[in-house]
Amino acid sequence: MTTTTFSPQRLGTLLVALALLLAPLTLGGEEYVLRVLTVGATYAIAVYGMNLILGLTGQLSLAHGGFFGIGVYIVGLLTTDYDWAFWPSFLVAVLVTGLGGFVAGIVALRTREEYFAIFTMAMGFIIFLVISRWESVTHAHSGVSGVKFPEGFGLFDFSEPVVMYYLVLLFLLGAGYVTHAVRRSGIGRTLVAIRTSEDLARSIGVNVGLNKQLAFAASTTFAGVAGGLFAAVQGFVGPSAASLDLTFEMLMFILVGGLGTVLGPVVGTFLVLFLFEFFQDFEAYRFLVLGPIIVVLVIFAPRGIVGYLNAFVGKLRSRAAGAGNGSGGPPEHRSSDTATDVKETL
Amino acid sequence: MTLLEVRGLGKHFSGLHAVDDVDLDVAAGRITAIIGPNGAGKSTLFNLLAGFYRPTSGSVRFKDRDITGMSPHRTVAHGIARTFQTTNLFEDATVLDNVLSGRIVRSHSTVFDAVLRTPRHRKEERHNLDKAMAALEFTGIAEYRDEIASSVPQEVQKRVSIALALATEPELLLLDEPAAGLTEEETVGFAQLIRNIVADGVTVGLVEHRMSMVMSLADHILVLDHGKEIASGTPETVRTDPQVIEAYLGADHQDQEGAG
Repeated sequence: MTTTTFSPQRLGTLLVALALLLAPLTLGGEEYVLRVLTVGATYAIAVYGMNLILGLTGQLSLAHGGFFGIGVYIVGLLTTDYDWAFWPSFLVAVLVTGLGGFVAGIVALRTREEYFAIFTMAMGFIIFLVISRWESVTHAHSGVSGVKFPEGFGLFDFSEPVVMYYLVLLFLLGAGYVTHAVRRSGIGRTLVAIRTSEDLARSIGVNVGLNKQLAFAASTTFAGVAGGLFAAVQGFVGPSAASLDLTFEMLMFILVGGLGTVLGPVVGTFLVLFLFEFFQDFEAYRFLVLGPIIVVLVIFAPRGIVGYLNAFVGKLRSRAAGAGNGSGGPPEHRSSDTATDVKETL
Repeated sequence: MTLLEVRGLGKHFSGLHAVDDVDLDVAAGRITAIIGPNGAGKSTLFNLLAGFYRPTSGSVRFKDRDITGMSPHRTVAHGIARTFQTTNLFEDATVLDNVLSGRIVRSHSTVFDAVLRTPRHRKEERHNLDKAMAALEFTGIAEYRDEIASSVPQEVQKRVSIALALATEPELLLLDEPAAGLTEEETVGFAQLIRNIVADGVTVGLVEHRMSMVMSLADHILVLDHGKEIASGTPETVRTDPQVIEAYLGADHQDQEGAG
């Protein structure tokens, strides 16, 4: 049983966390790489939001990039045209995306499955159109420049890229922890019940409509948090921050990383972004390489890299537990720890 | 004491009277069976009671509270649980996680409790685990707790679905053909399980095709045909009712005797 303390899942979590924490130190003066990492971390926060609604609840929301864009533009516009400080603007962005998601969910969640995907895609596209065309407010294609850095109150200087990186990382850790906590609680069971079978969920007393709506609002809140941070990291933002392409990129991150897992969003985001950078010279042609990679992944590891590793570890363990049973140990209690651990830790 | 009181209940699907003017009193602590030929409206009646369908007429009262047309998540909270005709489980999850899902309706901690790991949350999670394990022990499948639900034998799956329903702490448990597809031997085990459930203080409503099981288990039987009640009473009265023999038993009476 002591093995649970050093389970592969915990080890994996620890390694990913360490890698992210130490990255700036090993990079030395590589500002560009640090910038890519920071932007990646903001995307990963949004991907955690997608994980809540798609990975856990099973609803494919294609409005995610749109809500990310709302977060970006609220912080962008408030800190420039209206000269607000960062933190209050950020708070407004989080509240608007959260409440907006809840209200939008009232209508959107009347549809199910592919209709929900189509409906939210339209929603995302409308958000993008408003942002890219409403010139008097959003400056349309000229974008917003000079977005303020978060105020450090004399303690931190967020204009320093490394400090900004750690701030985003803090939020990323929070997103990962919330996912972990939700998954191992009754809330997670509620969402997974809805994902698996709405009828069965209903029959055991789950308020399917309300819970879907709360999950959707939580996912758009994550997108808002990510968008708000993204605006500050970039300093200059344009309508592409709300585009449908962004939604599909995030979808790719989570599919590669692993739907419904705790580490999937962060692993998938950084891995695909790394590949993007690696094949950067190919520009649009990079999808010629990335496309097949994704096809192969979907065929051989439909639950993503983390999901695949989880299943692999689970298999190894049940084999080990099986061997243990042969030698006469009490099978029930031993395997119980492993199974819940496999499911819950990642 | 009458736990569930149904009066003049009806459900029309665009002209088809699936359930028509049905009265039913379910006595607390008893087994009430609903029988009838295929398409008699038995499952529709269950769906009306559990809130899956909204009745077009009539009323349902549970513990003296009007629950007519109440949505399922509320009827479950009030104490009505159900199982489905075709075994319905969270197939990718373990047996234990399935049964733990039955605790959702009795849990009060919020997402904030979960994130902050408040004492309330931890206490509740422990309590839920105890309750789920109790339901697994009660249905005799504790040894399968860590198996994936879709990988256990069909009989065990059926027991999981009952454990899942019991985990919601119902006062009335509606079982829709619990013995469908089981062997004769397994059916005996299920009959005993149902008796144990009643002995444990849960009232049982039962839709079942196996006449032997119904006759030996039920305290009260309602016979439906074409959505209408054609008889009701003790197994004895129903068995000898000429209308029942004609409408239901009559057709396959000989088959049954031949098979049995």
